[in-house]
Amino acid sequence: MIVAENVHFSYPNKVEALKGVSLTIKDGEFVAIMGQNGAGKSTFVKHFNGLLKPTSGKVCVDGVETTKTSVAALARNVGFVFQNPDHQLFSETVEDEIAFALKNFGFKPEVVEERVTWALNLLALTQYRKTSPFLLSGGERKRVALASVLAWDPKALILDEPTIGQDHDQKEILRQFIIQMQTQGKTVVIVTHDVEFVAECNPRVVLMKEGKIVAEGIGKDILTNPDVLTESSIVLPQIAQIFMKLSQLGLPKNIIDIYEAEKIILNAKESKPVK
Amino acid sequence: MSVFDGLKFRKVHSPIHNLDPRIKFVYVISIFVVAILFAQIIPLLFLFVLQIPFVLLASVQRQWLRSLRGAAFLAGFIFVVNVGTDYFTSGYLLTAVNVESAVGLTLRFVVLVESFSVFFLTTSPDHLGLALEESRVPYEFAFAFTTAVRFVPVLAEEAQTIMDAQKARGLELEKGGLLKKIRNYVPVLIPLIVSAIRRSLELAEAMESRAWGATKKRTNLYALKLHMGDYALLAITIGILVGAVYVHFYVPIPTIVHLLQHKSL
Repeated sequence: MIVAENVHFSYPNKVEALKGVSLTIKDGEFVAIMGQNGAGKSTFVKHFNGLLKPTSGKVCVDGVETTKTSVAALARNVGFVFQNPDHQLFSETVEDEIAFALKNFGFKPEVVEERVTWALNLLALTQYRKTSPFLLSGGERKRVALASVLAWDPKALILDEPTIGQDHDQKEILRQFIIQMQTQGKTVVIVTHDVEFVAECNPRVVLMKEGKIVAEGIGKDILTNPDVLTESSIVLPQIAQIFMKLSQLGLPKNIIDIYEAEKIILNAKESKPVK
Repeated sequence: MSVFDGLKFRKVHSPIHNLDPRIKFVYVISIFVVAILFAQIIPLLFLFVLQIPFVLLASVQRQWLRSLRGAAFLAGFIFVVNVGTDYFTSGYLLTAVNVESAVGLTLRFVVLVESFSVFFLTTSPDHLGLALEESRVPYEFAFAFTTAVRFVPVLAEEAQTIMDAQKARGLELEKGGLLKKIRNYVPVLIPLIVSAIRRSLELAEAMESRAWGATKKRTNLYALKLHMGDYALLAITIGILVGAVYVHFYVPIPTIVHLLQHKSL
């Protein structure tokens, strides 16, 4: 789906944000790009829909090089939800907001209508159809922003810091939602430093630092490796921390899933009763 | 945006940066007045060259050049309009004198841009606010002014993010005719204005929670004091002014065309 080959990128002020990044994201994959602030995560994902073009190296989306096409054409396949919904909301009603992109892509009016209804329903926003997006709460605005991108049903979805400013329930809804996208075969890329959220979702983890990829692999390996994580200023998920401390009891260290943890602890208790 | 780059302050220490902003402002205004006083090439060229030592001392050459490059379009426009109007009003005659006067007017504009650029490049918004306050401008206005100056780069960055967000939703800013193009910017302007208003409300709350306006008479951590360098600059400024007025009234300034003709004779 998305192939980045040795991507370098410098901003006009000569700051080199990416120093040779290569990554292949397959169709239907779920990838979390992590790293501290300024690691180049957002800069990197902005290459996926052509908002930024590499200074050298290349990025191909569905086999098309991003330098050879427009952002609008790429956006049709790659939906990008920005971190701050206030950077995109402008319409008088939620309905118009969601219809905006659909009209840009030239969908027929009846299709627009149908898609808007579908997206509102999907993100539990139907009751706000005629409300001004500016009157909604922060979490709701974020959902409107998400709905406005999902409406055109892109093949891949990029979420920049989707969990920031969200309470636990909203994060859970988001997680369910990502799982649902996965079952539909969509590619999902999230940019985040919410390590607990990543631990719960268990995607493929890509760790970035100072414009380079320093580690990648399944969450279970990366998120339980204190050496790699400390280097990127990321704290281990709490479950991994506990198992790290309990390792002297002979328990495995690479645990991030709460159900797996429960099973292991119960087993350990049966075989060696705690006094 | 390159014109704005030439006005953006960056914190460094140099003899010019450390000068008192009030004196620097008097200097800039003097240059302004002198530039208006003359329309001939020679004195304007002299003014232009006069500022270069300041630029070098402050080591802001790169930004300064950028601001000049940003002003190049407008300068070219001024030149073309002047030559053009002269050409048409003088009955389709293109004379060397006309071209020279157009060059003079263009140069005047360049000198103005140059001196303002040096001023803004070497004066921090804080200093500017302080200077306003010490010149008895009410603090509310001085504060509003410095805040506005300080938020320009923030807003520029935000505008970029908003454009990216809307482009990601299929907005094509450059598509369509002139009217359509203007309409294309609505989805960028509304979030920008809304967020600027939101930001200003937040700023007001943050300021009030830190007792903004609690006392009528504020004290400042840094007080502006005139140093040797400031007096020197003041002396230079007065010298330039006096010299300029003298030259303006008593010294006939030869035009370039005139000089060339004499040489050929």
